[in-house]
This record gives sequence, C-alpha cells and structure tokens, in this order.
Amino acid sequence: MSSFIELAGKLDWSPLWISLKTGVVATIISFFLGLWAARKVIKRDYKAKSIIDGILTLPMVLPPTVAGFFLLLLFSRRRPIGIFLNDKFDIQVVHTWLGCILAATVIAFPLMYRNARAAFEQIDANLVYAGRTLGMSELAIFWRIVVPTAGPGIASGTILTFARAMGEYGATSMLAGNIPGKTGTVSQRIAMVIQDGDYMTAGFWVIIVLIIAFIAVFTINMITGRHMKNIRKW
Amino acid sequence: MSRLYADIHKRIEGFELDVLIESDAGRIGILGSSGSGKSMTLRSIAGIEDGVSGRIETDGRTLLDSENKINLKPQQRRVGYMFQNYALFPTMSVLGNVTAGLKGSKEDNRARALEMLARFGMAEHAERMPGELSGGQQQRVALARIMVTEPDLILLDEPFSALDGHLRDRMQVEMMEMLEEYPGQVIMVSHSRDELYRFSEELFVLSEGRILRHGETKDVFRNPKTAEAARLTGCKNFADVRALDKNTLEIMDWGVILKLKQEIPEGTSNIGYRAHYFEPVWGQRQENCIEFDLARVDDLPFEKNYYIRTHEDSDASSTDLICWFVQGEVQRQIEEKGMPDWLKLKEEAILFLG
Repeated sequence: MSSFIELAGKLDWSPLWISLKTGVVATIISFFLGLWAARKVIKRDYKAKSIIDGILTLPMVLPPTVAGFFLLLLFSRRRPIGIFLNDKFDIQVVHTWLGCILAATVIAFPLMYRNARAAFEQIDANLVYAGRTLGMSELAIFWRIVVPTAGPGIASGTILTFARAMGEYGATSMLAGNIPGKTGTVSQRIAMVIQDGDYMTAGFWVIIVLIIAFIAVFTINMITGRHMKNIRKW
Repeated sequence: MSRLYADIHKRIEGFELDVLIESDAGRIGILGSSGSGKSMTLRSIAGIEDGVSGRIETDGRTLLDSENKINLKPQQRRVGYMFQNYALFPTMSVLGNVTAGLKGSKEDNRARALEMLARFGMAEHAERMPGELSGGQQQRVALARIMVTEPDLILLDEPFSALDGHLRDRMQVEMMEMLEEYPGQVIMVSHSRDELYRFSEELFVLSEGRILRHGETKDVFRNPKTAEAARLTGCKNFADVRALDKNTLEIMDWGVILKLKQEIPEGTSNIGYRAHYFEPVWGQRQENCIEFDLARVDDLPFEKNYYIRTHEDSDASSTDLICWFVQGEVQRQIEEKGMPDWLKLKEEAILFLG
C-alpha cells in the first residue's frame, strides 16, 4: 500500500488529463452530432433508416483498428485530405491530440446516436404535434420538449459516450500514437508499462480507470433509475 | 360569423378518407366508431396529417388548397387541438405548458397564462407538474393551453375517453362552461352519442371514411336515414320491411302489419326502433302490437334490459334478439302486473331507413 502511495507521488499524471480532455471534447462533439443524426434518422422511412442506421453504427461493431485504418487512410499527410488540411489550414491530425479526439469521437459517437434515437422513438408523437398546433417552432419543440422528455436516455447515452471515448485504445494508437504528454492516453500508458513488465504502475492506472468507469455506470443508474421506481419487480 | 369548410381526401393502404364538412354552427360534432377516420379528419384540419389533399378554410382563411399548392404548416393554421391523452409536456410545469406556445415577453406570457388558468380554477396548481394532476385537471390545463393562444378553431379529439366514468359526466358539463366564452367554432369527435347529443348543434355521422348523414343534431337522431347512422346514434333494433300501401308497412320478422297515419317515405326498405320506445300492453291486442317471448333479462342499476324474440323469428340467434329497455314507471308496472302480453310500436318512434 505504501509503495502505491509512493508511486502516486512521482507518477506522470499527464495520461489522465489527456484522457479526460479527450473524453470531454469527444463527448461534446458526439452529443450534438448524435442528437442531430438521431433526429434526422427517425424521420426517414424504414428502408432508408436501416441503411443510414447501419452506417452510423458500424464504428461500434467494427474492431477499432479497422476504424483507425480508415482514419489513417483519410488524414495521413500523404493523402489528399491530409495534404489539404495541412496546406490550407495548417491542421495536422496524425500524431496530434486532434487525432485522439477524432479517433475517440468516431468510436464513441454510435453510443450517443443509438441511445438518443431509442429515446426519441419512445416519445409520444402527440407531444410534438401539440407543440406544432400551439405554434412552437420546430427548433423550440426539439430543445424544449423532445430533448427534456428523452432526458434519461440522452443522459445515459452521454455518459456511455464519455466512458467509451475516454478509454479508446485501438483507433487512437493508430491515428494519434502514444506520444507522452501529447497523445499518451491512460489506456495506451497501461499497455506500454505492461510491455515493460511494470505491473505496479499498470495496476495503479487500472484502479483509476475502474473507479471512473464505475462512477459513470453508477451515475447512469441513478439518473435512469429515478424514473423506474414504479416498475414492478419480477 | 365563423364558417368552416373542409373538403378532405386521404388514401392509405386499405382505407380512404373522403369527407366534406361545411358548417357555420358554433359546436360541431363528428360521430363515428373507432377506425371510421374521425381522428384523421381532425388531424387533417390541424395540419398534422401527411398526404392530405382537398381544401380547408376557416373564416375565409385558406389553410389547405392542394390545387393551388397551398398547405399551411400547423404552426400557421391557428387551430387548437386537444389530444385524447391531452399531450401535456411532461417535463414542464402547468405554467410552462400554458406559456409554451406564446410569443410575447416573459412577464406578459406569465400574466396571460395565469389569468387563463384562474378562469379554469387551476391557478393554484400553476407550479405543479402534469404527472401530479388528476385526469380532469389535466384536461383543464390542456384546454387552457389551447385557449391562451386564441385559435380560430378548436378541435377536441375524444376528450372524455381517458377519464373515469363519474368524472366524465362532470367534465362534459365543465367543458361546455369553459368553452362558453370562446367565440370561434369547436369540433368534437367522439364515438359516444350521449356526449355529442349534449355538445353539438350540428352533427356529422362518419363511417369508413365517409359522411353518412349530417344535419342539426336532434334531427339526425330523430331521422338518421340509414341503418348505419341509426346504429351509431344508438338504435338497437332493425328489421326489414315491405310497404303494402302508402300507410301500411309489414315487418315480416316481427309478424306485424303497421297501420300508420303518416305516409311512408319512399325507398323505405327497413326500419329502426329504439329500445326504450316499446309500449307494454296487457290483455287485448291493440293496433301495431307484436307478440313475443322473453329470451333473457339483464338487471342494471336503474334499468332492466329485456331481450325478446318474436314468434315469426323464433330461431333468432342471441345477437338478433330485439332489445327492450325499461326504466322507472314502466318497470314498476311490470313488477305489479307481470310481463305484458304485447309490445306496441309507437308511430312517432319509428326510424324509416333506406
């Protein structure tokens, strides 16, 4: 135990901050994109829905390395988009923190989108119609009626997105790499120290990840659980 | 004077709606069973149903004119819609619900909403959430939310179906009071003839997407003209008839030849007879009487329902039995003298159907 505390004292904490920052930014992006995509998709007919839904969900079911491969293919500085971003805007994606965010967003986005979509589909359509006949704008209906009513589903989607984005490994290691203090996230640090045989440091990071993950899931249960008090046990 | 003109067409798989509602009555009723297209009609007027063609005008304002490619958004139609489940926004307070559709300043909206809530006796509940209200209170909030936006037309979609029986009667009276000061037209759709008889001045009877009959409400009940319309207005007994001459009508299955003072309307092929209108006769057979056997009795709190079979139709199945519903004075007479020997048909109660 004492050696653990000693370890914490001289530890490089940068992976935690990088992971948290990446998680927060990727979650914010996924939140708005996910709500927007969910709103668009539920308006489509059944066929278009299945196709678009399939594409948007793919990053969740594919191995993250496959997503990393595609991201590299797009943003490599030897590829048209990478060259364009670099020359026109001086933006580099590969081996930068931006790469961390991009990888985490792509992988975590489906969780936000799917949860938002499921929550939207549960909403009584009459609420939306009522808003319309009362003269409310579509934007006001969405933000003041739909999103609050879908609140628990959206909240749990947001937390899951954050947890997934924070822990992202596969795509991140391919696109952003593991540059200490820059792109070195917690999950990459764990993999690295294990390769060095430093199980003590790995265990320390594992405990931190466990705590954050548990808090995330516990928070979801608290948020959604409040609405389920009246459900009968069976 | 406000005037509604709604010529509505919509075709979906297995169903076609084709109705014309034209009326300057203040209170309009649409009577129909479930699946008749009555909610779809209201939704078309409000603009929340897709794929509707035709022409809809209120007060000379065109809401829909598919020939001239006019189709106002629901937001622009100024048509208030009360949903069957009231559709109160669950995450907003009562006050939030009533101010949701208002455009002015925050204080202004608040004042207007509170005034409207006070009119409906709901001001003290302004800060509560919809889930904490009773069904009747929710209905008042839903109506306040509509009225505060000052719509040109108010649509009520089965407004009492979500309420418990005892509350339903009270809310019907309350609803009429709440709407008393509203100057525009109100359309109520329902499957309940009682609600519409009480509420509407003009009645449209809807079945399978078509208007079967329309007219002044009491007139529609007195003379529904078709069997389906008669059934929807609550008529229980139907029989095929044959006119023997201008004033004589044979009801084959009931074994009676009716002698009538009035002329039988041309094209009469069957008649309807309401269950409450048979007159019991003891002893000597009189004119226009039928002979019957009792098949079943249902005891209700304030009424006895007798189900009878005529001699001519003695193999009638249980669904073809003639209904005779008895209350009050007549019921007392039967308790005293026993079952009557004959049932007399009153001429004025006969519905001539084509």
